[in-house]
Amino acid sequence: MSTLTRERRAQIRARERQPWAGEYRRYDLVKEFLAALGVITLLTVVLAVVFGSPDKHAISLAEWARNAPNDFVTTAVAELDGSSGTATYGAPYVNDPTAGQKLGPLPLQRFGGVREPVDTAQDFVLGPLSTVTGDPALRSALAQYQGASDDQRKAWTGAYADALGKAPDSDPAKVATGDYGPVPLLAGRLLDLARSGGLDGQLLSSGGFYQTDYAKPLLFIADGTYLEDQARAEHLGGDQWGMMNETGRYPGQAWLWLYPFWYQIPPFSTSDNADALVWALMMVLSLALVLLPFIPGLRSIPRATRVYRLIWREHYRTNR
Amino acid sequence: MDHPGTYLHWGVIQISVANLIVIGLMLLVFVLALVLPFPRGRQRP
Amino acid sequence: MSTTDDRMWTARLRNRATRALPPEQLMPDRQPAYVASWIYVFGVATLAALLIVLVSGAALALEGPQWYHGSPEGRFVNSLHLWSVELFFFTMVIHLWGKFFMAAWRGRRAMTWVTGAVAFLGSIGTAFTGYLVQSNFDSQWIAGQAKDGLNSVGLGAWFNVLNYGQMLLYHVVLFPLVLGFLVIWHVLLVRRRGVVPPFEDAPATAAEPAPAPEEVAS
Repeated sequence: MSTLTRERRAQIRARERQPWAGEYRRYDLVKEFLAALGVITLLTVVLAVVFGSPDKHAISLAEWARNAPNDFVTTAVAELDGSSGTATYGAPYVNDPTAGQKLGPLPLQRFGGVREPVDTAQDFVLGPLSTVTGDPALRSALAQYQGASDDQRKAWTGAYADALGKAPDSDPAKVATGDYGPVPLLAGRLLDLARSGGLDGQLLSSGGFYQTDYAKPLLFIADGTYLEDQARAEHLGGDQWGMMNETGRYPGQAWLWLYPFWYQIPPFSTSDNADALVWALMMVLSLALVLLPFIPGLRSIPRATRVYRLIWREHYRTNR
Repeated sequence: MDHPGTYLHWGVIQISVANLIVIGLMLLVFVLALVLPFPRGRQRP
Repeated sequence: MSTTDDRMWTARLRNRATRALPPEQLMPDRQPAYVASWIYVFGVATLAALLIVLVSGAALALEGPQWYHGSPEGRFVNSLHLWSVELFFFTMVIHLWGKFFMAAWRGRRAMTWVTGAVAFLGSIGTAFTGYLVQSNFDSQWIAGQAKDGLNSVGLGAWFNVLNYGQMLLYHVVLFPLVLGFLVIWHVLLVRRRGVVPPFEDAPATAAEPAPAPEEVAS
């Protein structure tokens, strides 16, 4: 480009804007489209027949409670305690000005507000348990818990959470003796409710008969380790480039490669604000992709790399 | 196809065999598209 | 035509449309001679794949989002939808690579590039909402992960990936409508501006034949 004068470049640009004044050839667009449709349809059908599609079934709270009861109980105590991931998340679930990610000085996470309020102790534990009838022990445990002071409740849940952490395999049956108040009974009853399938229904339909918002059951199950263990076994974790992957041996989303890439390297891999940072960076890069024609340097790469010489080699040969 | 996939590791890069095949095919098809001769239509009289 | 007719909104719109894109330009039967490379088929291949995506998606919509879990026919249609999407991205990215190396935005074709790039990003969003409504383990995990990204910048309060119904409507209605509009705009721009000419590598090329009488200046 530097060998061309400005005038010459202006002439070239003017010609590029005009309809092609050179040689034409017949080109049947409709036939081309139908041929492409035929090829793509055939490829789709063959791939569908040979490989099928993945469908790993969703994990219900009942399945979680049955397959990983210790994880369920540990999580339930954390929900009661207000120490779970959801309880300490910040917006849009919990009003906590200290929680949430920032982009530099901007607390972007809080800008959306608490539009999906969740009270983990009430919504995930106490509320569902209070609907159970015919269980006097549960009734009095609930009364004892709800009648106690905040400090007393924290003392019970904190002590029980510690004890579970120290017990072999976090098994409630192997917990050391201590003063946990009604917490072990509450957690145990919630486990029973979950195993029976009742908790799935309760958490979903708490807002009414017809519900499509799975926030509560999803947030609860994601607070435990069972769901994540299943995901990591399939290489779907954040530090496993999970965004690109699919369960089983299926190809995933190769086109997403750049998004999970950033999570693998510092500063993102060690930052508490990784999500906000990566999101912002990808928005900037996406904007650069869209506005590429206007970005000096980037827009000159095609000319410099000369791949076009291959594409238009016949044109250059016949128009020497 | 539902059995756990095989993953290759190379530094920070972890990639499934399936995704590697897809990316490899894309690059191959791109190069072929550039170099394979295109049938020439008849010229307009 | 009388002047009263020409002032009518219908007539004005018709005249603008046919001036911008006369039929021979909307559906031409010839292309510049330099359109002679296999790289040029990837745009139409992407369109073809998109059509299969839409048709297989419509079939899934016919029976509802849970159909494919329990029915072999449903599972097959789900597979068609998955693989047509994989082919859609496969061909679209190769199309993008080709257009990049041609610097296809030259000659007032910047909007063609812009609409294409936005459609690419919109396709990613459409696919994303699609993954959310599979109603299986993937949907659970992806929702759980994606919420962190969206919440971190305050968007999760509106784009609630945990709300299945909302995501289903985004995937089946909102995103396809916007994407459809972008794709149509993109294709009409290609017809309006024509396929980008080659870089002029030699100073003065041989004199070109005069344009045919029916050629319309853009």
